[in-house]
Amino acid sequence: MRESRWWILSLSAAALMVVLLTLHMGLMHLSGLMKVLGVDPGDVRSFAAVMERGRSLAQMVFYLLFLGAALYHGLYGLRSVLLEVTPPRGQGVLSGLVLAAGLLAFAYGAYVTVRTFTG
Amino acid sequence: MAEAARRVQSGPPKRIGVRGWVYAGRYGLDRYLYILQRASGLGLILYLFLHIYETGIRLRGEAAWSATMALFRTPVFVVFEFILFAGFVFHALNGLRLIFAELGWLLGPPTRPVYPYRTSIRRHRPWVYALMVLTGLFVALAAWDIFVLLD
Amino acid sequence: MAERAHGAVETGIVTVTVRVSRFHPETDRSSGQQDYLVPAGPGMTVLDALVYIKEHLDGSLAYRSSCRMGICGSCGMFISGLPRLACQTQIRALGPVVTVEPLPNYPVVRDVVPDLEPMVTHHTAVRPFIVRGGEEQEYPTAEYLQTPVELDAYLQFAYCIKCGICLSACPTLATDPAFAGPQALAQVYRYSADSRDDGRRARLGAVDIAHGIWRCHLAGACTEACPKGVDPALAIQLLKRLIVADVLGIGRRRGPAPVAPPDMQAQRRPDIPAAPPATVPGGSGAQKNQP
Ligand code: HEM
Ligand code: SF4
Ligand code: FES
Repeated sequence: MRESRWWILSLSAAALMVVLLTLHMGLMHLSGLMKVLGVDPGDVRSFAAVMERGRSLAQMVFYLLFLGAALYHGLYGLRSVLLEVTPPRGQGVLSGLVLAAGLLAFAYGAYVTVRTFTG
Repeated sequence: MAEAARRVQSGPPKRIGVRGWVYAGRYGLDRYLYILQRASGLGLILYLFLHIYETGIRLRGEAAWSATMALFRTPVFVVFEFILFAGFVFHALNGLRLIFAELGWLLGPPTRPVYPYRTSIRRHRPWVYALMVLTGLFVALAAWDIFVLLD
Repeated sequence: MAERAHGAVETGIVTVTVRVSRFHPETDRSSGQQDYLVPAGPGMTVLDALVYIKEHLDGSLAYRSSCRMGICGSCGMFISGLPRLACQTQIRALGPVVTVEPLPNYPVVRDVVPDLEPMVTHHTAVRPFIVRGGEEQEYPTAEYLQTPVELDAYLQFAYCIKCGICLSACPTLATDPAFAGPQALAQVYRYSADSRDDGRRARLGAVDIAHGIWRCHLAGACTEACPKGVDPALAIQLLKRLIVADVLGIGRRRGPAPVAPPDMQAQRRPDIPAAPPATVPGGSGAQKNQP
């Protein structure tokens, strides 16, 4: 496939993440600030809260989408950095390795998410 | 024949090499943003792998999870979290700017280079400044949250 | 700018230390440096200083120049930390010590003479000419029609003098020799955005590869360094847009510009003198068309 399709996909994943990641970061890493703004999410990182959230279907879909987008965008970026120090000969091997790492990480992340959902 | 003669005489290319990823010399602001975008992107993908592993700990039960969270409240990890957050804020805002610019927006149309002309990079500068102000603002908010509002 | 002329007044002569990279392919394995003291008057360029060194101080110095007026693209050098044209750089704006090195990212032929082969190879590979299908390419019949607006879409990028300076500034080329580089990519856009052209499919396909256009990250250094205001970074981003629009099928597509056959019925105005007789018997095709 022509390189443009992969690049467009990576850019689209980035655009999608502007929304997803802002929500995620605001909630999980800035909960103190949220409290000041009048939304008290409680202790977002307690075991009970994590498992509770994990059982909502919307949350599960959100996280699967997010996981895929972040992994794709991040690994495409990693590959493009490494491509610049890899001669065209090694390009196929490099893409294969990056793809394998991505699939493994996605499989594990999805397993954790789904397991939390089913309880 | 001339071709062969010339081949023999040239020395090896003097490439700046990977050093260019961390050192931009006398080039302008955008050249430095390129370095930061790359560094923050690589930092984020590294973190993402750790993050996927770390959130998986919940499957091992409440005790293991709480122990991990306690570890994350130690000062070293709090500073680490702040750096990560700052990197993310910069990467996301600069990335948003790049999404537009790399698709040809915010750069202005081709213009005849009649002195004194302004290049597309100069015309684009106000957006870069806006991005830096926004980044500073969000990072300051994050510092307040992480270091002051920390409960 | 941080660079100011040193010395209190712009007139008079100041002495500038010119630190030049020296490399002789037959005796040296790597570049060394040599300092020369050059008296610099107002208006002196770095190229003038190199000429002075060669004439008065050291005849063995090698550099390349031709037009000494910023149009041939021969004298690109890495001068005090930035790639620039030696003939367009005022030496007294650079401080008391000026370093002159060969352009980075190229093989060195000798001293400060780079081998521009990598740029030429990429440039010729992207079909930098107007491509028309059918007979018109080989046997043109008439001129193409183009509006001033269509001209402005690519004119800026047509001012490239192939000095190779942008390739020295590019951070991707600093590690990846397979990357086409700002000069060639800007020329891909220059010809693909030309309303007379019909060859964009092949040209875009050639740069839509793993080591192609997507390895540009808009660091902007090429545009900053370009001495002719060609703005290769702008051309490359517009080219990305063109390719994305093509791939998504949302681009506005027009056929290539039509040709305008000469008006065979036109009469010569009485106040315009007749053309002189043809020097070659029978004359060229164009002359036959004259009324
Ligand atoms: C709001 C979220 C994000 C946006 C808008 C965004 C946008 C971008 C953009 C526009 C680029 C530059 C592409 C180019 O240079 O042509 C980029 C590069 C990159 N991003 Fe992101 N990104 C986001 C989040 C992430 C995350 C979460 C990761 C890690 C998992 C990541 C990893 C990378 C990497 C590794 C690069 C490559 C850097 C390089 O080539 O120099 N990004 N991002
Ligand atoms: S684009 Fe500018 S810097 Fe690059 S080769 Fe052409 S004139 Fe030189
Ligand atoms: S000598 Fe021709 S561009 Fe400098």
